[in-house]
Amino acid sequence: MKDTEGYVTADGRQIGGTLMEMKNITLRFGGVVAIQDISFDIREGEVRAIIGPNGAGKSSMLNVISGFYTPSEGEVWYKGSKRPPMKPFEVARQGVARTFQNIALFEGMTVLDNVMTGRLTHMNAGLASQALWWGKARTEEMENREKVERVIDFLEIQNIRKTPVGRLPYGLKKRVELARALAAEPSLLLLDEPMAGMNVEEKEDMSRFVLDVNDEFGTTICLIEHDMGVVMDLSDRVVVMDYGKKIGDGTPDEVRNNQDVIDAYLGVSHD
Amino acid sequence: MAHLTEGVEGLRSIPALLARNVSQFGSSPAYREKEYGIWQSWTWAETAKEIEALALGLLNLGVEEGDFIAIIGRNRPYLYWSMVAAQSVGAIPVPLYQDAVAEEMEYVLDHCGARFAIVSDQEQVDKVIEIQDDLHQFEHMIYLDPRGLRKYDHRRLHEFSHVQDQGRAARDEFTAELEARIAKLDYDSTCVMLYTSGTTGKPKGVVLSNRNIIETAKSSSEFDHLKVDDEVLAYLPMAWVGDFIFSIGQAYWSGFCVNCPESPETMMTDLREIAPSYYFAPPRVFETQLTQIMIRMEDSGAFKKKVFDYFMEHARKVGPSILDGESVSTFDRLKYRLGEMMVYGPLKNALGFSKVRVGYTAGEAIGPEIFDFYRSLGINLKQLYGQTEASVFITQQPDGEVRSDTVGVPSPGVEIRIAENGEVFYRSPGVFVEYYKNADSTADTKDAEGWVATGDAGFIEESSGHLRIIDRAKDVGTMADGAMFAPKYVENKLKFYPNILEAVVFGAERDRCTAFINIDLTAVGNWAERNNIAYASYQELAGHPQVLETIQGHIEEVNASVAQDEMLSGCQVHRFLVLHKELDADDGELTRTRKVRRKIIGEKFEDLVNALYDGSPSVYTETEVTYEDGRKGKIKATLEIRDAKVVSVPSRQMAAE
Repeated sequence: MKDTEGYVTADGRQIGGTLMEMKNITLRFGGVVAIQDISFDIREGEVRAIIGPNGAGKSSMLNVISGFYTPSEGEVWYKGSKRPPMKPFEVARQGVARTFQNIALFEGMTVLDNVMTGRLTHMNAGLASQALWWGKARTEEMENREKVERVIDFLEIQNIRKTPVGRLPYGLKKRVELARALAAEPSLLLLDEPMAGMNVEEKEDMSRFVLDVNDEFGTTICLIEHDMGVVMDLSDRVVVMDYGKKIGDGTPDEVRNNQDVIDAYLGVSHD
Repeated sequence: MAHLTEGVEGLRSIPALLARNVSQFGSSPAYREKEYGIWQSWTWAETAKEIEALALGLLNLGVEEGDFIAIIGRNRPYLYWSMVAAQSVGAIPVPLYQDAVAEEMEYVLDHCGARFAIVSDQEQVDKVIEIQDDLHQFEHMIYLDPRGLRKYDHRRLHEFSHVQDQGRAARDEFTAELEARIAKLDYDSTCVMLYTSGTTGKPKGVVLSNRNIIETAKSSSEFDHLKVDDEVLAYLPMAWVGDFIFSIGQAYWSGFCVNCPESPETMMTDLREIAPSYYFAPPRVFETQLTQIMIRMEDSGAFKKKVFDYFMEHARKVGPSILDGESVSTFDRLKYRLGEMMVYGPLKNALGFSKVRVGYTAGEAIGPEIFDFYRSLGINLKQLYGQTEASVFITQQPDGEVRSDTVGVPSPGVEIRIAENGEVFYRSPGVFVEYYKNADSTADTKDAEGWVATGDAGFIEESSGHLRIIDRAKDVGTMADGAMFAPKYVENKLKFYPNILEAVVFGAERDRCTAFINIDLTAVGNWAERNNIAYASYQELAGHPQVLETIQGHIEEVNASVAQDEMLSGCQVHRFLVLHKELDADDGELTRTRKVRRKIIGEKFEDLVNALYDGSPSVYTETEVTYEDGRKGKIKATLEIRDAKVVSVPSRQMAAE
């Protein structure tokens, strides 16, 4: 699968060339090796999952992609060029948006305002104009509000538009986070455990939204998830990590039958 | 509104009314829908253009005159346009309930032989696709929201906007045909076909002609003085006749604006933003709103609560009288006005009722307290009685003559007749043409002279001329002395008390009435908690002397109210007991929709019924029950039977003993 032409998925979607490539990434915190020499690629239009047991280094990997961590060794290639060390906001400007494992919304602000913050990378009116709500700031906000409203409509959260986020149940907060990430119109959407702590119905809803986002906007999605059922159903290709190493990479079926993966998940007797 | 009736000769179809509205109120809003957080609106002129484009698109797809077009989805302007576009090309719109499951839709689509369907979204598309292989005549489907449908097979599937685009592109080709088809529509053409929900057997397709709809819309609009600047919120199912009359019939006749909510969940917010001047809701909606207000007031600060209670009491005293234009002292009027400023105004605003000029409720009996609550706030809430077969209106309450226990006077143009057995018959210009492909049922319901049986028993109150509905005709019986026995009438009165969940009244062919009562565990349990009354089970609470005392009080109040009624005074409850178990569908005592199965209960608890009539002060009984896991068990109990005070009615000595 190293060709740049892409491939066609089982359900008939055309997957494009490489969007992001991780080359021999190693991440150390002092003496601790969180990620050890991992390489994989994310292709345009696919749903790519990273799975692994607790402490496998999944979230660290996501943080490398989002620019929160700079890898100790190795290179990140994005849209055909090597990415220099960057601040997270610079990565965001390049079209990478994310949600967080522990919800990171502004609790006192309304859903609408929270989602609007997702548009910050697209706003550049000056301070004076913003303060006076005049000229560029005004046109800009109107344009951005319309984009945000489309996301709100897409994720079916119209009824909580004006509700402060702090008053919402957990499952809805997760959806608002997704909305904020989507509002940034990302090329690559990173989801850190989007279904964690949800009940079955909420999981089903979220799965549908993830697929719809991919389908409707063609957004490339990279997600970390514990729920194996969800991962296998949603993703086109899966990277499996254990103790900071990559132990498997391929379609859900390939990964499911990989002996190393089975051992990592079910445990193996050392005799 | 004299100018509205001038052209009535030419206005014999909905598309003709549309043309009139374009020329008379072209720039007034016809539709609004909240989308992307903003109320989008269409004037009558814009609406006509949209409908024309769709109608041309339908011609382009090959819609023939007389075809049926199913319309499935929540209230959206596009779907209302679809109905009118269908009529314009000589087809018949058939709106379906959007929450119907695929099999139910299959029956209807097969029965009418629909060739086309216009649906809202992927959910509905999926349902129709599931069944379309069994529908040999079905051809094309048009959908509104393309989300998730990108990869579907588009040979027989079309996006709404594309159909319109194609229609616009083919304007030159089809305009003459469209105009010819519109010109052919007359008073006898079918306006719409609506399927009745069908509590017994399969749904029936009620065919309503342009005459039915337009005549009804005309007279009911005049009855309530509906005008072009009225506003309604369209949120009730499009397949229901009421929505068709309000949102199409009356809206096209009067030219007022139909507002569609953003989503079902935002209904209450949208209601507040629109503040409709003409509003309809079933009693359930009013009940829920009232409960919410009361719960929130309980949670508010002591001062606010006091102010609320103080002014609400005043409103209850004088509000309805002020609304009915009766004489009220100047002091009370001033106090009411102060209350309006402090409580009623803000409350109505929060509910979205600030501008309601005419509000209707119908469908089932509404609790008098609920009804009076809204009226005391100055909301002109009225009742109407109607049926699909009548194009809704049979009777309605005129302003100033509103009561919770009647359904009003015959609507303009409607004649009412009460049969020997008490069943209500009506005849009007709104009476349906026929049940589609069902001549037998048509003949059973409508006689040669056009009288239609309602299936409800009722009578015309002599003092006021208002119709009062008592019960379903088949449940009404006679007592031993020949007096009318209407159990549901009494049961409904009892059930208005929050403490009473169910009531079963006996008395057919007997000399007096008795009742079984089921307490409402939530309400009574709440009361027990507040009064430190310990109980371990439903049975124990149901047998508590204080509970029996309370229930007895309720029954005596109901007796007093029933006694006021000259025809039904015999139905006062003489003796009652509180059942030791909740009536349950699992035990066959209720239907799955929680309707009492009178006969089965009477047989199952025969010992208890006998005890009610033989005068014994208590009765021992054993009852078999089915637990949720299917096991069976026995409940043993000794029930106390109490006598309730009855009011003696001079003219009916026998009933009162």
